[in-house]
Amino acid sequence: MTTLTRRETLAAGFGTVLLPATLSAQPVAKPAEFKIGVTTFLSGPASVFGVPSRRACEMLAEQINAAGGIAGVPIRPIFVDEGPGTDHLVGEIRRLVQSEGVHTIFQSISSGSCLACTPLSRELNKVMLLWDCGTQRIFEEARYDYAFRTQGYGTSEVLAPLLYLLKTKPNIRTLAVVNQDYAWGRDSWELWKTAMDALKPGVRVVAEMFPRFGSTDFSTEITRLLALRPDVIYSTSWGGELVTFIRQATERRLHERSTFVLPVAEASMQILGRSMPEGHIIGTRGDHWNNHPSPANPALFNGFVNAYRQKFNEYPIYPCHHMAQAVWALKAAVEKAVAAKNGAWPSDAELAAAFRGLTFPTPTSTITLREDGQGLEDQIVGLSSFNDRFPFAVPKDMMLFPGAQVSAPVGQKSTDWLKTLTPALIEQAGRPIG
Amino acid sequence: MAEWFQDNGLLLGLALLDGLSSAGLIFLVAVGLNLVFGVLRIVNVAHGSLYAIGAYSAASIGIFLAGLGLPAWASIPTLVLSAALVGAILGPLIERFILRRIYGGEEVVQLLVTFALFMILEDVQKLIWGVQPIHHDVALRALGTIDVPFGTDFIPFTNYQLFVLPTFAIVTLVGLALFLRRTLTGRVIVAVTTDREAATAMGIDAARIFLLTFTFGAMLAALGGALLSPTAALVPGIGAQTIVLSFAVVATAGLGQIEGAALTSLMMGLGRSIAVYFAPEFEVVVPYIIMVAVLLVRPQGLFGVIETRRV
Repeated sequence: MTTLTRRETLAAGFGTVLLPATLSAQPVAKPAEFKIGVTTFLSGPASVFGVPSRRACEMLAEQINAAGGIAGVPIRPIFVDEGPGTDHLVGEIRRLVQSEGVHTIFQSISSGSCLACTPLSRELNKVMLLWDCGTQRIFEEARYDYAFRTQGYGTSEVLAPLLYLLKTKPNIRTLAVVNQDYAWGRDSWELWKTAMDALKPGVRVVAEMFPRFGSTDFSTEITRLLALRPDVIYSTSWGGELVTFIRQATERRLHERSTFVLPVAEASMQILGRSMPEGHIIGTRGDHWNNHPSPANPALFNGFVNAYRQKFNEYPIYPCHHMAQAVWALKAAVEKAVAAKNGAWPSDAELAAAFRGLTFPTPTSTITLREDGQGLEDQIVGLSSFNDRFPFAVPKDMMLFPGAQVSAPVGQKSTDWLKTLTPALIEQAGRPIG
Repeated sequence: MAEWFQDNGLLLGLALLDGLSSAGLIFLVAVGLNLVFGVLRIVNVAHGSLYAIGAYSAASIGIFLAGLGLPAWASIPTLVLSAALVGAILGPLIERFILRRIYGGEEVVQLLVTFALFMILEDVQKLIWGVQPIHHDVALRALGTIDVPFGTDFIPFTNYQLFVLPTFAIVTLVGLALFLRRTLTGRVIVAVTTDREAATAMGIDAARIFLLTFTFGAMLAALGGALLSPTAALVPGIGAQTIVLSFAVVATAGLGQIEGAALTSLMMGLGRSIAVYFAPEFEVVVPYIIMVAVLLVRPQGLFGVIETRRV
């Protein structure tokens, strides 16, 4: 058996502490291409989000590379399907880093995927941008040096429509929920219920319904809602299920008895077309409506929307905008890190440091990545309406809720913070735009 | 108890109406799966794909014909014809080139082959129809709604939901029962189901019966999907969702039992809708609770027959 002398032990200890720091200080060669591992749904029901987001990513990569790349380096996205589940995805992310040699990872749509895979950013020491998942738990339950979310999250995406509802319909007395029976459906209801109890105590929940994920028939739920006549029906459902629910509900005139509040409805508006009833509250998980009345950078905004539309014959939906935000955040952070090194290429740790506190421009506004890694994205909510410009419903009477106003402060859990809200916030929050 | 009925009787009535419609759709899919198993002795996982392709095809054909100016009344016959078309094309192809190679093989191989086929057909759907939801509801809208009295209030139901779906289920059940018992081909199918070896020994062309039965089962799956298409948005994955419930129906009914499939579909449809009204947390698990309860008491299923194991 080999034993270490005291001197060898000390040397090993110093080596353990000093060697990584020494290595990180070594100059990093500029890569021939910047590889981005992208996890998104390419199969299953959530591919309604995943496939458009992949298209947006490929389109932006083409545009960026045509303009010389990021800091002179072309980018290359490598896509991985979230569909097979989290165990598979964990292995795929390791493979992307260890075999494909990706420089950063964009993950994921599913909150479950994000919760399972974000801890890998520590193990792999690679920048991980959470480009679409909404769970509030990521940065409230752990701290990550290499992980950042380049968009808003469940708390702000639920609170903004609630504030809009209470500002515009202050006399609601009864509410029912119809959410998909999985993590987002349950979590988004908990956030809404907690905030509603604080902002308007006394609203009676007359039905809590969580149909099976992937349901194709909501006729029983609709009959019950028709009988109950709640003032408000809240649903964070998405994809085919939201389309089916709205179509079955409107056919039976449920929209004449209750007001729908649909925080993630934007992605389904093109599919619903004229089937979407007017005058119901719709959100887009951010501020990137295709009819945004005053985007911060109209040329960039219209350029992105029109290029996507021309290439794919449809308007971009919110996952496309979220993917674009991740790309623009990466561009801003790499350029910031390269500038900080006077043109030299940054290490992974230096790139991660550039993201902390980064404010990057989006076509509609700016997004700031807080010290805990969470992005502060403004939320725009409005009432479904039709105009001559779009063959589908877009919001009117829009209100903008600044990201910082509808996000839990750093260090606080959303469910704890929402309990501290007071009815005074209803008056203070948000401002009309348009 | 009487007091409970006094308070909730009206709601129970609504739940029954919803349950009948739901049961109709469940039956149409499950009965095809049950028939195929009864004759071919293959648990066909790809049945869910036939259902999904039936739905997508019906929507696409409906959209195409609507573009040509087809009147609204023709939309329901279009659903039936498109389902027949899907079954007539895919059924023989699958039976002739895939299933025929695995008859008599190990059950695990049969499962793996039909599961692989299911996965392939899922991707084929995405290649043809993409991933964005597709819907075509002319049949639903053309038939309008009916207001069902509810105390001093009324509840609008779609005529499609309240009348068309249960009617199709009843016609299929009665038609299938008459076909199997009153026609020569039907009796031959029953003979093969009951004792394949004896039927073959008596000169029945089992290969022809297998082809016929599988094609008919594929048509029924496609019909279930086609009848769903006016009410739902079609997205990738609808086949997977349906096949799980269909297996629960088949297992509970007893393998190869048509009337059993009807009764089980009714139990599951009503169970789910009653749960939505009175215990929504249980909606998802009610069909499986029914399945477990039945199988604990009758492991062969409600109408299943205990078979002697041959060695």
